[in-house]
Amino acid sequence: MTRHEWPLFEVFVRAKRGLNHVHVGSLRAADHEMALHHARDLYTRRNEGVSIWVVRSDAVAASDPADKEAFFTPSSDKVYRHPTHYAIPDNVPHI
Amino acid sequence: MTSFDSAAARSDAGAARIDSAGAGLDAGVARFDEAIARDQRIEPADDMPEGYRRTMVRQIAQHAHSEIIGMQPEGEWITRAPTLRRKAILLAKVQDEAGHGLYLYSAAETLGADRGDLTRRLIEGRQKYSSIFNYPTRSFADVGVIGWLVDGAAICNQVPLCRSSYGPYARAMIRICKEESFHQRQGYELLMTMMRGTPAQREMVQDSVDRWWWPSLMMFGPPDADSPNTAQSMAWKIKRHTNDELRQRFVDMTVPQAEALGVTLPDPGLRWNAERGHHDFGQPDWDELRRVISGDGPMNAQRLRRRREADEDGAWVREAAAAHAAASSPAVSSTGVSSPAASSAASILEGER
Amino acid sequence: MAFDDAYHALTDHDDDARWAYGTGFTDPLAGVPGDLPDGVDRAELATYCLMLGDDALILSHRLQQWVTRAPELEDELALANIGLDLLGQARLLLTRAGVSEGWGRDEDDLAMRRDPSGFRNLCLAERADADFAHLVARLFALSTWRLALLDRLTASRDPMLAAIAAKGVKEVTYHRDYAAQWVVRLGDGTPLSHERMLAAVDTLTPQLAELFHSHPTEIGLASVGVAVDPAALEAEFTQVWTHVLQAATLLPPATSLSGGTSRGNFVAAESSPPGGDAVAAEVSGVPAGAEQGSARPWGRAGEHTPALAEILDEMQGVARSVPGGVW
Repeated sequence: MTRHEWPLFEVFVRAKRGLNHVHVGSLRAADHEMALHHARDLYTRRNEGVSIWVVRSDAVAASDPADKEAFFTPSSDKVYRHPTHYAIPDNVPHI
Repeated sequence: MTSFDSAAARSDAGAARIDSAGAGLDAGVARFDEAIARDQRIEPADDMPEGYRRTMVRQIAQHAHSEIIGMQPEGEWITRAPTLRRKAILLAKVQDEAGHGLYLYSAAETLGADRGDLTRRLIEGRQKYSSIFNYPTRSFADVGVIGWLVDGAAICNQVPLCRSSYGPYARAMIRICKEESFHQRQGYELLMTMMRGTPAQREMVQDSVDRWWWPSLMMFGPPDADSPNTAQSMAWKIKRHTNDELRQRFVDMTVPQAEALGVTLPDPGLRWNAERGHHDFGQPDWDELRRVISGDGPMNAQRLRRRREADEDGAWVREAAAAHAAASSPAVSSTGVSSPAASSAASILEGER
Repeated sequence: MAFDDAYHALTDHDDDARWAYGTGFTDPLAGVPGDLPDGVDRAELATYCLMLGDDALILSHRLQQWVTRAPELEDELALANIGLDLLGQARLLLTRAGVSEGWGRDEDDLAMRRDPSGFRNLCLAERADADFAHLVARLFALSTWRLALLDRLTASRDPMLAAIAAKGVKEVTYHRDYAAQWVVRLGDGTPLSHERMLAAVDTLTPQLAELFHSHPTEIGLASVGVAVDPAALEAEFTQVWTHVLQAATLLPPATSLSGGTSRGNFVAAESSPPGGDAVAAEVSGVPAGAEQGSARPWGRAGEHTPALAEILDEMQGVARSVPGGVW
């Protein structure tokens, strides 16, 4: 197996001011500045962004899908975090 | 951990997982089957059958290779384009194809594949690409016909893939399909313009249609009866329609476009079948398709040679960049946030303007 | 039918927010007055627009020739982007040349139906690249020079030239950055890449004098605030060029601009500036520097290397082979 000469980078683009950076894909680059240039040419050819982040793929830590239940299910019954959990009379304005 | 090894997938999904061995295997099967049944997407680090992973890698890689090899037939005409507008359009289109190849290699790499390895497989002829690109481009009308017929067929193939079960592939296809709709339109517009031009130009267009029609029909693959992998791919929701279904859609879509253009599709058997509600049409020369796929098409050797030369000629450049980067400290970097540690190549012009 | 076009078929997806997908394309020249500035010779302005337009057109052609040959796929994207930017600049400038000239020629008449002697590009733009090191060295030199020029041209009295320059500054800033990064990576990469980068710079250095050799058209239009005299760009160019070559370990760190090495002092190294006998008469009004008898052609005066004829054969072949053709 021939490994690629350059490491893999994950690319995040902010589409416009006021939005989060969103993961859009990956690319190969030798260094961070090259990764930024490449990200600009690859993922913003059509005016798609105002800001780019790149991060080496091997620097990303992720949750394990096998642990999905332990990670995420416990938050699903915390209904009191949601505004609709609370009954407020219709005649009370602005709340 | 043999058949359900998603930890072999790239470390994107994080550090090596602590796997709960046998229990994890059965749970993994169940999760995968359930996700497919519910029409949910499979994501990179999910458990998946090894056959699914291999099929996805192969399909995405072949698709990526097709985009990259597909730059060549049209790329030859960028420097020759007869107007500057057509030159800009074609350069942007061929550039998009490089971009599409990269989106797809990126998707393949989420499955643990390595682009360097996939490129090697392409160059050594161990992985295929679309047979359409093994035909030569003989006139500038071919640029238009490739946009109209070849990209049109590609869109028919690709739009359903936007709902492919593998998330990164589906997302890449959404982006690609959006971008390719300009590719098809620019081709058709070029042909319309040429058909309004001189008699010689109209002949160029018809000649080009004659040469590309049958290869375009072949892009949907062999007839369903000869396509053994289709059933499994459809069960896994990698594919959503059979080859013959998509070919029929393409023909139905193309016939009125040909009429509007004023060209004749070179199939004497082509006619509307009111009973079926579809066009009847002739079968391409499947022996020719087999020959081209097996490497014996008009341009196979040249296409691969060009790709190999670019890869080999570029090796010293890639190695030099890697060597230079090895001396720089890695750090998260951004255009929007001040960069904590830029590499020396980067900061070189800071303050120059 | 859902397959009429890709967009339509995709409407069952409401997840576009996942994709940073842009819109909002704008015409950078919208609202810019197209009138020619007062007191400017139309033919001279047309010639000047051809000079800058041809530089971009011919360099773009060389970049187009790299398509499917770049060292990595990401660089295919980058080189195509630069080629597209330059092509866009060329189209605007050739269009301006046609308007200024007033004979009704458009960008394609000028690009596709002119002979080599009518082209005013620098010879540096037309040379073929022996390898990627030659490409980035030449791209770095021309981008550095063009950025310095366009930056000043934004103050041109011709509003159209000023607007084209303002657009170009943003583009060429990136071109220069891309090229400079590669010069540094290759120069300070492996022993092999260092050797190749050094060879490329050494090949290029004697050809750089052409960049600062003012043509009478440039001098004349600069004197009325329309053009930029390229002689004025030398200091900025030299500073950037030297800085990057030092970072690339292609020049010793302490090289001063007036120092003795030929790479850092390319103008002094050029013993015979461009301008052969054929242009001697044309430049007779130019003070100093226009030494005669050089074998090096002077692109600004319509003198070119054989490479330009090869480029034009390729670029113009289809357009010329179909008389009356529409595309």
